[in-house]
Amino acid sequence: MTDLDPLLLARIQFAANISFHILFPTITIGLCWALVYFRARFTLTGDRDWEHAYHFWVKIFALTFAIGVVSGVTMSFQFGTNWPGFMATAGNIAGPLLGYEILTAFFLEASFLGIMLFGKHLVSNRTHLVASTLVAVGTTASAFWILSLNSWMQTPDGHVVRDGVYYVESWWDVIFNPSFPYRLAHMLVACGLTTSFLLMGVSAWRFLDRIDGPGTLKIFRTGLAAAMLLAPLQALIGDLHGLHTLEYQPAKIAAVEAIWDTEAGVPFTLFALPDPETRSNRLAIEIPYAASLLLTHKVSGEVRGLNEFEDHPPVAPMFWAFRVMVGIGMLMITVSWWLGWRVFARKGVPSLLQLRVVSAMTFSGWIAVLAGWYVTEIGRQPWLVYGEFRVADAVADHGGGMVLSTLVMWLLLYAFVLFWYVMTLRYMAKKPSASLQASAQTYPGLLPREETL
Amino acid sequence: METWLPYFFVGVIGLALLLYVILDGYDLGVGLLLPFAPAAEQDRMVASIGPFWDANETWLVLGVGILLVVFPQAHGIILTSLYLPATLMLIALVLRGIAFDFRIKAGEKHKRTWNALFSLGSLVAALCQGWMLGAYITGLDDSPLSLSFALLIALSLPALYVLLGALWLMGKTRGELPAKALTWARVAWLPMGFALLLISVATPLVSDTIARAWFTFPRALVLLPIPLLTLYCYGWIGAALHGRVQAKPQRIFFMVAAICLLAALGLAYSIWPDIIIGRMRILEAVAAPKSLMFTFVGVVLTLPMILGYTVFIYRIFRGVEVKQAYE
Repeated sequence: MTDLDPLLLARIQFAANISFHILFPTITIGLCWALVYFRARFTLTGDRDWEHAYHFWVKIFALTFAIGVVSGVTMSFQFGTNWPGFMATAGNIAGPLLGYEILTAFFLEASFLGIMLFGKHLVSNRTHLVASTLVAVGTTASAFWILSLNSWMQTPDGHVVRDGVYYVESWWDVIFNPSFPYRLAHMLVACGLTTSFLLMGVSAWRFLDRIDGPGTLKIFRTGLAAAMLLAPLQALIGDLHGLHTLEYQPAKIAAVEAIWDTEAGVPFTLFALPDPETRSNRLAIEIPYAASLLLTHKVSGEVRGLNEFEDHPPVAPMFWAFRVMVGIGMLMITVSWWLGWRVFARKGVPSLLQLRVVSAMTFSGWIAVLAGWYVTEIGRQPWLVYGEFRVADAVADHGGGMVLSTLVMWLLLYAFVLFWYVMTLRYMAKKPSASLQASAQTYPGLLPREETL
Repeated sequence: METWLPYFFVGVIGLALLLYVILDGYDLGVGLLLPFAPAAEQDRMVASIGPFWDANETWLVLGVGILLVVFPQAHGIILTSLYLPATLMLIALVLRGIAFDFRIKAGEKHKRTWNALFSLGSLVAALCQGWMLGAYITGLDDSPLSLSFALLIALSLPALYVLLGALWLMGKTRGELPAKALTWARVAWLPMGFALLLISVATPLVSDTIARAWFTFPRALVLLPIPLLTLYCYGWIGAALHGRVQAKPQRIFFMVAAICLLAALGLAYSIWPDIIIGRMRILEAVAAPKSLMFTFVGVVLTLPMILGYTVFIYRIFRGVEVKQAYE
């Protein structure tokens, strides 16, 4: 790499920043609703376990939220520092959407978080519950605006272009652009799923370390029930989203499925090494007709191949990222229903093997979310606004060396923060909970006696 | 085109950045003061800013965000030329934010490291903000004179933050901490005055535009209240810190905020009618009217609410020392 390509570096840097950032809102958007639920259960039943559940998870929420806020501040600067061309061209659309996110979401969540975390003894129970709910509303509103903007970049609508600058015709069409409902639903459910597996995973750590309590089981069952519901729902939304994408961004789907030539009765490729040189797949393992069936719901349906498009995204990363996302999704459905069968229908508690499996899947939601975002964002290439405005025309004119040095700083910082985030979660999980201490005499441990560690 | 709209937004950006300097200023100041306190007091110092710092930081996002919405080209020019200090500041803010939460959760073993990172992050963020402010005043010029001016502001801003942080601690903590904070405030008062003086002298030197704006008769007479009031506030703060005037820490805090306001007014006057001195005017390169109007509606509807619930939350915590309630 003698010649540093500033465009590629700027893309990598932005991708690194936004990948790191999205990990934390993914959790806070789901977790704040879980906290509202814990809080409401306690208020309704007076069961202290729910209060302890709230107290344990609100600490993790605070930590996650803080990282989300500070990495989000970074994002608000990066539009200007790395992509001034984007703002000069599409600022009339992107700007107000970001502005509304700050005004309606950021302040709401950041402000009421103060009461939620520190004000419990200063305000009434009801005010505290309202404050917690407002934080949850804020995080979700934030997702609404940013996904609206992202969806607009994918399926632009409601604007005109004059002299190379975007102008709004209809804000309604801009905000509720064609792919927005699918993408918002897909992401919100992804947040819920990521949080469900985090709730189960961290609870499993506690079971496995035998520092659990009855509160831990309640948290575990909450996460499990949510996962059983959300995982199949996500598959359905994903399918609808995919069909919609086929209509609006056919090149993206062709890359996802590594289909080079337009044909009827296309097989679904399970494994392959897509080769951009020969424009074909090597070592392909295929299921006949399956891709046509999935995409057109007809065995002989015709799917347009990559060779039909002048511009299309790189194939291999799309192909693989998509398979990682779907693979984890399928695993989540299987695991949640396998556990649910035992926990809800038979024994009431998970088995040791099941605990080990969900403990390994604690952060699986993160991987699926990142893979999914790579599919949708790499799939947008080479466009910034799909079909209209190229990424290459928006990049700032920093030298490659400058971008590379700041990129290295960011990557080191992110590795450091991620390491400590996971370490701190482990550390917090290992501390005996108040609920365990309270019930130490009456509580013998949840794992079946015959199973030893 | 509604010509008042861009001016309205300049006002909003100014308000957001002013509130940012005052509000995040005190919590950055607490970070700067942390190394000077014993371990037991460090927890209480950090706890005192716990409920507020997230929202304080959001004012920066609003200021930069509105700049992005209304003046996309100015946003691009400013942030591309301030690429390095902006990046360093962001990294510092990230470090500081995570250290804030890790230090109470990650166990005693690592607490000292997180404290150090919290202070270091606060310091680097303050220095970079000062640098960016200085560079902005010089119209993003990179001559040696302009760079030394930026350096001067970079070194001055921490003094202001320390003063704000110390006053915050005087008002929001109990026990021995307020007395200690008073000594810190007294120490910070002198360099802050020195910095104010230097900046007032240096600013017209580095910028002809500013020199013309301030030293043309009879405009200079109309402007005279700004330096005079600043001087009065500064003197009053000194008297109050040394017990010659009886005043609660809150009042002194508001006096420092008043100095910030006066400085902001002076700066606004100096820059007017440019958005980047000597390079771009406010009315040049604004976003499209329809986008401005849409954002205007949002600001008018939400900003009073934001200010309202911010006041509400500060009132909830009024007169109480915040404990690490959720630890």
